[in-house]
Amino acid sequence: MKKVISFFCLFLLIAACVSCSFSAFAADESINVYNWGEYIDQDVLDMFYDETGIKVNYTTYDSNETMYSKIVSGAASYDVVVPSDYMISKMAQEGLLAELDFNNIPNYKYIGDEYKGLEYDPDEKYSVSYTWGTVVIIYNTKFVDKEDVEDESVNLLWNEKYAGKILMFDNPRDAFGLALKKAGYSLNSLNENDWSEAQKLLKEQKPLVQAYVMDQIFDKMASEEAWIAPYYAGDAYTIQQDNPDISFYLPKEGSNFFTDAMCVLKSSQNKENAEKFINFMCRTDIALMNAEEIGYGTPQTEAYKLLDEEVSSNELLYPSTEKLRNQTEVFINLPSNISMLQSALWTSLKVDGEENSTLGYDIAFYSIIGILALILGVNIITKQHRKRLYRTRE
Amino acid sequence: MTKERSFSDKGRSRLVTAPYTVWMVIFVLVPIALVVYYALTDADGNFTTANIDSIFNYSGTFFISIELAVIATAICLVLAFPLAYSISRMKEHTQQFLIMLVMLPMWMNFLIRTYAWMTILEDNGLINTAIGKIVSLFGGEFEGFSMINTNGAIVLGMVYNFLPYMILPIYTVMTKIDKNMIEAAYDLGAGSFQVFRRVIIPQSIPGMISGVTMVFVPAVSTFVISKLLGGGKTFLIGDIIENYFLGNAGEVNYNVGASLSLVLMILILISMGIMNHFDKDAETGGGII
Amino acid sequence: MKTLSKIYNILIFIFMYAPIAVMIVFSFNGIKSRSTFSGFSLRWYEELFHDDLILNSLYLSLIIALLSAVIATLIGTLAAVGINSMRGVKKRAYLAVNNIPVTNPDIVTGISMMILFVFVLGIFNGMEMGFGTLLITHITFNIPYVVLNVLPKINGMDRNIYNAALDLGCPPVKAFMKVVVPEIMPGIITGFIMAFTLSLDDFVISYFNSGNSAQTLPVTIYSMTKKPYSPKINALSTLLFVSVLTLLVIVNMRNRRDAKKAKGGRKA
Repeated sequence: MKKVISFFCLFLLIAACVSCSFSAFAADESINVYNWGEYIDQDVLDMFYDETGIKVNYTTYDSNETMYSKIVSGAASYDVVVPSDYMISKMAQEGLLAELDFNNIPNYKYIGDEYKGLEYDPDEKYSVSYTWGTVVIIYNTKFVDKEDVEDESVNLLWNEKYAGKILMFDNPRDAFGLALKKAGYSLNSLNENDWSEAQKLLKEQKPLVQAYVMDQIFDKMASEEAWIAPYYAGDAYTIQQDNPDISFYLPKEGSNFFTDAMCVLKSSQNKENAEKFINFMCRTDIALMNAEEIGYGTPQTEAYKLLDEEVSSNELLYPSTEKLRNQTEVFINLPSNISMLQSALWTSLKVDGEENSTLGYDIAFYSIIGILALILGVNIITKQHRKRLYRTRE
Repeated sequence: MTKERSFSDKGRSRLVTAPYTVWMVIFVLVPIALVVYYALTDADGNFTTANIDSIFNYSGTFFISIELAVIATAICLVLAFPLAYSISRMKEHTQQFLIMLVMLPMWMNFLIRTYAWMTILEDNGLINTAIGKIVSLFGGEFEGFSMINTNGAIVLGMVYNFLPYMILPIYTVMTKIDKNMIEAAYDLGAGSFQVFRRVIIPQSIPGMISGVTMVFVPAVSTFVISKLLGGGKTFLIGDIIENYFLGNAGEVNYNVGASLSLVLMILILISMGIMNHFDKDAETGGGII
Repeated sequence: MKTLSKIYNILIFIFMYAPIAVMIVFSFNGIKSRSTFSGFSLRWYEELFHDDLILNSLYLSLIIALLSAVIATLIGTLAAVGINSMRGVKKRAYLAVNNIPVTNPDIVTGISMMILFVFVLGIFNGMEMGFGTLLITHITFNIPYVVLNVLPKINGMDRNIYNAALDLGCPPVKAFMKVVVPEIMPGIITGFIMAFTLSLDDFVISYFNSGNSAQTLPVTIYSMTKKPYSPKINALSTLLFVSVLTLLVIVNMRNRRDAKKAKGGRKA
């Protein structure tokens, strides 16, 4: 009996320990921030804790869709999220976002007027712009011939000369965006045929693609594992810092202009702290730290002024308003029929055309199956044969 | 006292199993029932077979998943058998040591092991760099093999990750083969090949079968290996299920995801049925020997 | 023939250990590169110990593994006792259900429990996935392994010992603890260790059932593989490898010593 009791005591002790340590976590005030990967200067989080005593549980996602589904499944509760424009309007429509109390966000005044009240949040209710940028095409000057990039076209991603050295977005919205632009359509086309045509282009491209990736682009481009990739301008700049041979351009066919903005979820239990965090992120020194770290365009006007001249005058990072108007388009939230179509087309792109399922695999597979069937057959026959033998002996 | 008492008379046995029964019903049976429910209904909860029908769109994926898993399993079997055999015939100390070496990688997370292969197989990875350096020593120029982001890399990842699961059960069964039986076979005039075919292989079939299931099931349902080593170009069943549940393709659809899982489950049940058939043959065969 | 098999064995072990060796070597790399090694440094280890996310998830993984193994061992051992005394259809039914989590692919177990949680959490608004759901899933896939390890031991033990204890006036519970438990202890311990390691190693099931506040180490590692490369991941794996290695060596040495003792005892 002693053993039982001691075992039980041990168990209680462990349980107590665990609950203690967890309540210790909970005793601190904390907020859950869900942001894009590689999208903040990590020191900022510690500074926020030092100044306010609020601990930030920081987790990341790599596409709007992943973030969205995690939130709707109710699997996790977040306080601050940073969706892109079209996702903000979708989430606002579905009532997922809380209306912000701007009295708690005095630093909102630093946000430039051109980043306020945009299409996705016309009444300035739900969001505070965090960054903005464009989708550009990144290439390595060492390996990509000059004449192939001279026209600054999206076609570079379909250039057979560089088969196996091209990377592609691993999220449907951005990938389809490029294909739609190549075909000459709007990113937000409502015509189902346009989307099918775009998918056909993506299928053509698939054999040339080395891999469908998101943030792995950083390494693969910097280490020259791949030579061509589409990605976000700020990240392109970061890669360029690692490898000076990297260059990038805004495709002439057009591209996506995006704004990512900080929002508070309606389900948030710490709305005030979340707003404190947003306010903190808009402070000039913090916004500057983030802008310098991640290279994306900052909507914070004071921080922009303090930026290194080389960055703030970079045409690719901070394109002129005119260029933006002519060459870029903002994603809008797609109606559900188009969105379903996009998802289906994307899945079938990934599923179909297993072009690298070559003959060799098939031969190996069928011969294994053949051998299995042979053994099975021989077994059954010999078994019956034996049975008959026994029977005749009897 | 004639009545037999054991520590497990009826009333008490019910009492002891109660927590287990409750737990397994709520957390094993109910979830499976929910999978079936979702597989057979649409988003509004009405009965439909549309999800099951839509699976035929993915027949290619099913085929390639099974194909790669079967190839990987076969390679594992071929690689593991001689190793297990030779280990089982060593001195006991060496046996223990080598089996520890086999088990050691299993204790490391398979993500880490898979990730390690990425750095080895890349176009600028270690293999290509090494070969390139050797070739350039002789003044040649080396283009480099493209190994990563192919189905071959996926198969390699499967073999590497699951090989210990094949070695261990075969080894365990082989150590249990009665040495006297082997000697008896020799005494009765069998050659070493015949001993191998008539004694050792039939006796180790149960081990091979559990090895095959332990490799095939995780291989056919993986989604991580295909993602890390396949570059997102080959979709396996696991990838599609993951996509439907986590919405990576833009839409979350538990219904189709559930029906795919259901089919996967049934598929594995069938293949295990076939495997068990071999097992029974082995048993009767062993009896005759 | 002998040398041939030796070469073969060595090749297989090289295949199994080459990636691990690469990981370890590059964890000491002075620069952030996956293919060129330049200078020995410990900076990635230093960074690792400053990474709260990794440390927290390691901590969480250990707690979940320990708790789920303890609870699963309790439930599973009791269940094994009960199942052992069952007969016929009932026993077969129990064993069949017990086998479901063992034979089902992880992904199916993972999503089936995710469906359950989403379903239930949808009813009780305001609850979320996290520590609780992770613990439940881990207990669920651990229990069957405990049962499978304990059952043969109970089956193989001599019932008369227990009956003798009762005849000598021992109350049933005490008799169970004093007589049965020590007999089946090896099975319980193996079950516990297996549950603990399975839980520590699980990625797929946790991946579908973890919330934002609770991520186990494998889930964190997975999210690291999707980000730009950092040798921190190598440092982490090296540390894991070394700790597993020491553990195994200690266990192995103890086993050997015990075996020697047993042999010596018999000789005397």
